[in-house]
Amino acid sequence: MSAFASFKSLSRAMFLGFKRDGGALFFTILFPLMFLVIFGGVFGNQSTAKVTVVQVGQVSVLQQALAHDSGELSEVMEVTRSGDRAAALGKVEKGDADAAVEQRDGRLIVHFSMADQVKAGTVRGLMNALVQSANQAAAGKPPAYTLEAQQVEDESLDAIQFFTPSLLGWALASAGVFGASQTLVSWRTKGILRRLQLSPAPIPTVFAARIAVSLAVALVQFGLFVLVAQLPFFGLRLGHAWWMAIPTVLAGVLAFLSIGMVVGAWAKSQETAQAATQIIVLPMAFLGGSFFPLDAMPRWMEVVSYVFPLRYLNEAMLNVMGRGLGPMSALPQIGILLGVAVVGALIAARLFRWDVT
Amino acid sequence: MAQAIQVKDLRKRYGDVRAVDGVTFDVEEGEFFGILGPNGAGKTTTLEIIEGLRRPDGGGVSVLGMAPWPRNDRLLPRIGVQLQASSFFERLTAREQLRTFGSLYGVPAGKADAMLGTVGLGDKADVRVEKLSGGQAQRLSIACALVHDPEVVFLDEPTAALDPQARRNLWDILRGINTEGRTIVLTTHYMDEAEALCDRVAIMDEGRVLRLGAPAVLVRGLEAPARISVPSGVLTAEEARRLPGADEAGDDGVSLTIISRDPSAVVAAMAAEDALDGVQIRGATLEDVFLDLTGREFRA
Repeated sequence: MSAFASFKSLSRAMFLGFKRDGGALFFTILFPLMFLVIFGGVFGNQSTAKVTVVQVGQVSVLQQALAHDSGELSEVMEVTRSGDRAAALGKVEKGDADAAVEQRDGRLIVHFSMADQVKAGTVRGLMNALVQSANQAAAGKPPAYTLEAQQVEDESLDAIQFFTPSLLGWALASAGVFGASQTLVSWRTKGILRRLQLSPAPIPTVFAARIAVSLAVALVQFGLFVLVAQLPFFGLRLGHAWWMAIPTVLAGVLAFLSIGMVVGAWAKSQETAQAATQIIVLPMAFLGGSFFPLDAMPRWMEVVSYVFPLRYLNEAMLNVMGRGLGPMSALPQIGILLGVAVVGALIAARLFRWDVT
Repeated sequence: MAQAIQVKDLRKRYGDVRAVDGVTFDVEEGEFFGILGPNGAGKTTTLEIIEGLRRPDGGGVSVLGMAPWPRNDRLLPRIGVQLQASSFFERLTAREQLRTFGSLYGVPAGKADAMLGTVGLGDKADVRVEKLSGGQAQRLSIACALVHDPEVVFLDEPTAALDPQARRNLWDILRGINTEGRTIVLTTHYMDEAEALCDRVAIMDEGRVLRLGAPAVLVRGLEAPARISVPSGVLTAEEARRLPGADEAGDDGVSLTIISRDPSAVVAAMAAEDALDGVQIRGATLEDVFLDLTGREFRA
């Protein structure tokens, strides 16, 4: 008999089982979408992110402006200093900073990235204003005009750009870990694993079918998320390399399924598996940057975030979907996620048991 | 007749417990074979070793001339195993369930659907497994074991927790399967079930086979006395005790019961006294053999 026929029919059986499970449908599809709607709505009308500027070396125009700033400037702009010009430019390229400024004699040079056009425009406008007021000050006249900081961008765009990929990451992580662990435990406690062991179908086929169903469900989650976020009310603008999010999503699902397999191979009951899943997924969602941006976290939390695979999934999706970076920007994270999948699968295979006793 | 299953000096221990301690028996092709024993006797472990789910510590098993361990995918299509009734994929209908199991063996959907009729579930095809009654789930689980037309069928306590009607119904189905020429191995702790279905039984306790043979032969070998009872008032206990062949007699106010190792003499004497109205004669059953071998004290 063909392994493929078994694969098809098992996938179909598992997909039907998933489709008919109201609870699973709600928690994997609707629940995360509700979060998207709430987060997109709540944070959509707030100014959250300032323009971040890296100052390279001495920039007297900027320094003087900040020294005399009565608050308007620091409300819209956050300045960090750097001695390393190449590193500063790199930060701008990656989207970690919105602009880098340096001063050469009388010239103020602003390096910016067109990836985020709104912020690029803001920075240029701000710097232009600074230069003009410095000119007036240098001319020795009292300024005829004063700078008044205005919120020139619609911040809701930024919120949805961030929340679409990161809430999707959380949804994928919980669906993956939960789905794999529950399936494994319930198959074992119900004796389905043994029943499959007694059929001539190759065992890898059985697992491949389960994985295929999870990957398909993940693509549905991805599609729904992106469609909803692109509604005018939310206004997601996908980056040009958004398609790179698809392999990223698949790699992420493999990583989380494999973590779920470890939980499922270890846990003796569904209740234990459920509790373990929560303990893994919830902290990971917070510290992996699903509910608020990593750059808004204290330094130690950011360091901790590197432990969680979700961080890499979020980062890669954010790069290609939200930040509009090129397709290569997701590759390192995809590599890490696949690595997690392999390590998890190896551990799960060690812990695997066919039956309860 | 050829041997479908040969088990020789099988041993399996879990820590200090000898779950299976030197079990030997053969099952012939087409035979209906029962493994009886109290809980914890080693029935299920023996069955699982024969099916190839567990590796024995010692001894040998051959099923249809092949070793079941390690997982043997030339043997697997030729055996059918029924596990507990709950071994189903979640939220599938009876038909989908059967088709899915069938597909693992390369069985076409049409043939899988026909199997539903065989076990009398034709009208439940679109009912989800969670909604089936205990007896229906048990029949579906047997259908799943039979869907690929196996030569040897293993059933682990198939009628546990079923009501009397459902049990009788399942017996008819099992007899039908056996009549088609399949070899059936069944574990049970219902003696009436073994007596009604099995050609031969092995009575197990503490990992060993205590007796092996046809149920009727085992019962006769026990030489247990028969119990003859008539409604109270026809004879007094005193009169009954003096009848030729009577060993013991007692009257509980409802029935007079005579215990005898020569029941024909007692009945003849009772006929002479015209005292046979409402007579009941009960011989020993497999249950008596079982209790005689394994003891009557309760074991949790």
